[in-house]
Amino acid sequence: MFKAIWGWLEERTGIPSGIHHFLDEDIPASAGWHQVFGSVALFAFLIQVATGLLLALNFGSTPGEAHASVRYIMTQVTGGALIRGLHHWGSSAMVIVVVLHMVQVSLWGAYKKPREATWMVGCVLLLLTMAFGLSGYLLPWDNKSYWATTVTAKIAALPPVAGPYVARLLGVQGGAIGVVTFARFYTAHIMLLPLVTVLLIGAHLFLVRKHGVTPTPEDAGRPKKKFFPEQVFRDSVAVFVFTMALVLMANFAKVGLGSMADPTDTSFVPRPEWYFLFLFQTLKLFEGPLEVVGAVILPTLGLIALILVPFIDRGAAMRVQKRTVAMALVVFCAIGWAGLTQRAIATTPADAEDPEAGLKPPSLWAQIPAEEVAAVGYFRKDNCARCHVLGRSSLGPDLAREASTKSPDWLLEHFAKPAPDAPDSQLTGAQMKALVTLVTKRDEKGLDAWQSAPIEAVSGAMIFQTRQCFLCHQLNGIGGTVGPPMNGLSSRHTRDWIMGHFGDPKKYVQGSRMPAYKLPQEELAQVTDYLLAIPK
Amino acid sequence: MGLTMSSENSGTTTRRSFYSVLINLFGGLIAAVIAIPAGAYLLLKPKNSGADEMVEIADVGTLEIGKPKEVVYFRTRVDGWKSSKEKTTAWVVKNSAGEVIAFDPICTHLGCAYHWEDDQKEFLCPCHTSSFGIDGKVLGGPAPRPLDRYVTKIEGGKLLISPDLQKA
Repeated sequence: MFKAIWGWLEERTGIPSGIHHFLDEDIPASAGWHQVFGSVALFAFLIQVATGLLLALNFGSTPGEAHASVRYIMTQVTGGALIRGLHHWGSSAMVIVVVLHMVQVSLWGAYKKPREATWMVGCVLLLLTMAFGLSGYLLPWDNKSYWATTVTAKIAALPPVAGPYVARLLGVQGGAIGVVTFARFYTAHIMLLPLVTVLLIGAHLFLVRKHGVTPTPEDAGRPKKKFFPEQVFRDSVAVFVFTMALVLMANFAKVGLGSMADPTDTSFVPRPEWYFLFLFQTLKLFEGPLEVVGAVILPTLGLIALILVPFIDRGAAMRVQKRTVAMALVVFCAIGWAGLTQRAIATTPADAEDPEAGLKPPSLWAQIPAEEVAAVGYFRKDNCARCHVLGRSSLGPDLAREASTKSPDWLLEHFAKPAPDAPDSQLTGAQMKALVTLVTKRDEKGLDAWQSAPIEAVSGAMIFQTRQCFLCHQLNGIGGTVGPPMNGLSSRHTRDWIMGHFGDPKKYVQGSRMPAYKLPQEELAQVTDYLLAIPK
Repeated sequence: MGLTMSSENSGTTTRRSFYSVLINLFGGLIAAVIAIPAGAYLLLKPKNSGADEMVEIADVGTLEIGKPKEVVYFRTRVDGWKSSKEKTTAWVVKNSAGEVIAFDPICTHLGCAYHWEDDQKEFLCPCHTSSFGIDGKVLGGPAPRPLDRYVTKIEGGKLLISPDLQKA
């Protein structure tokens, strides 16, 4: 049966003999484990294609949707976190494997005549690998993506004459990246780069087959062997080990998601992906007008030197053990790279933002004025829930289902004396008015405050109101401007700082005009809880 | 398709087939490690967050026996990473035994909105004049099956409705 199908395929398509031809390629007797990296790099690319395709199937490809869709992939889609983990670590792994492949080729001198073109195509493939990393980094659209890409765009704008055009090509408008940049990076990442990469991988493989696997001087006079089975077996083992390592990484090293990109948050310190850190550090070595040297000129020279390696080293082929200069150069580059990377890590601390901040759905209740959150507290304080159970109608109507259509006057009267036998309200006039707003407006955010704001935070909002903090501090758009705004407090100060500051503001901020608030410990914790939850 | 070719020109067939087995084994394992999560990712239902299961839509006591009522209610619709509150309706009927049925307000023929004709005591679809009895059974017209029903339950005198339909 199998033979019949095989025979049919052979006669109609020639695929079986093609496979035979592929597997029976002659390779030098010296071929061995050191030559598996090319196959692993190809396989790493295929994994990126497969996982990237899967991610794209659940990805909202605009800045407005991207972040929420990545959170959806991470928290709701079955296996989504694993697929994204494979894609994320796969990109790092691909850089590593491609570099190892190049190191092997360099040490063995496999780029020498007639294989210069193979090497040069390979160099472009290395660049493409890094371009994939750079463009993909923006796509989750969290703060890390946004600010790292901002740096990239700034660097791209540095070269004289060409700079502004390159920036425009990257979609930079008014000095900032945005929706156009996103569209271009996304299109590059899923269309342009894959297409070019596939073509160049094809060219690279064609050249490898054309010139054959590089023999060593010892191979002279030794009989050739076939690609199948030993070398295919080695490649399979290497690919298997690679895949297992990647799956382990994806499973156990969780890939985070920061808060959605906030272009107004200039305090965010971006740090690029680890394989770009050496460039990032080179950039920092030059200042002022010389910046372009570190940002553009040096990397370009380095790249040209890399591409021209086969023309610089034109000596006859040597045994790998005798290629001491090549070895020294590789070691020198590795040390230089490691040194720059280490300095970059040491001098740019990763941002303090919780790396998983973006995985939690945004808390809507933290986005509304303190008065409305406090109103939830008033609702509870006056035991309104005895008759108004949220989510179902009981003695009173279900206020979660629809906003109250009663007039404010009716409501105020109702709050003061809810029912003939009910106890009198404990609320002040202002508090009742806040409650009127809550039950008549009752938008999605207010409902969220009602249903899911933590008790501590609601108490904190009530304290914020009774202490009249809003006279000086703005919070979600309401309040004075004498003191600093409360939005984004969590990114400016620690919990201990805030709690200490209440009791003695002048000790923390010189010349502060804020009076000291000697709050009981419990209230202090509640109001701090509330303030820390307020977004930027 | 596996690598099962046998060498025609040597006595090393055993060694070759030994390698073939191992290569296919590794290949199969690699394919499985990628294909199983990919299959789960594409084919399994995502974890639902935010979608309400049972929504309370009416007080059973206020429903008149034998008089269908179109009840308007809100439901959270979850569409991938987006969720939205949407207004929706159901035709609710209480029968003399006190049982309550909630019909999908869409005709089973081509999806038009039907209504209750109190004179004829039937649900009538204006598009192609399909008509249904108060129990949802087809009385006339091209409708292929009775009206679809929502899964419901009654708790403490309130009618709760699920987003799931039972097709007759």
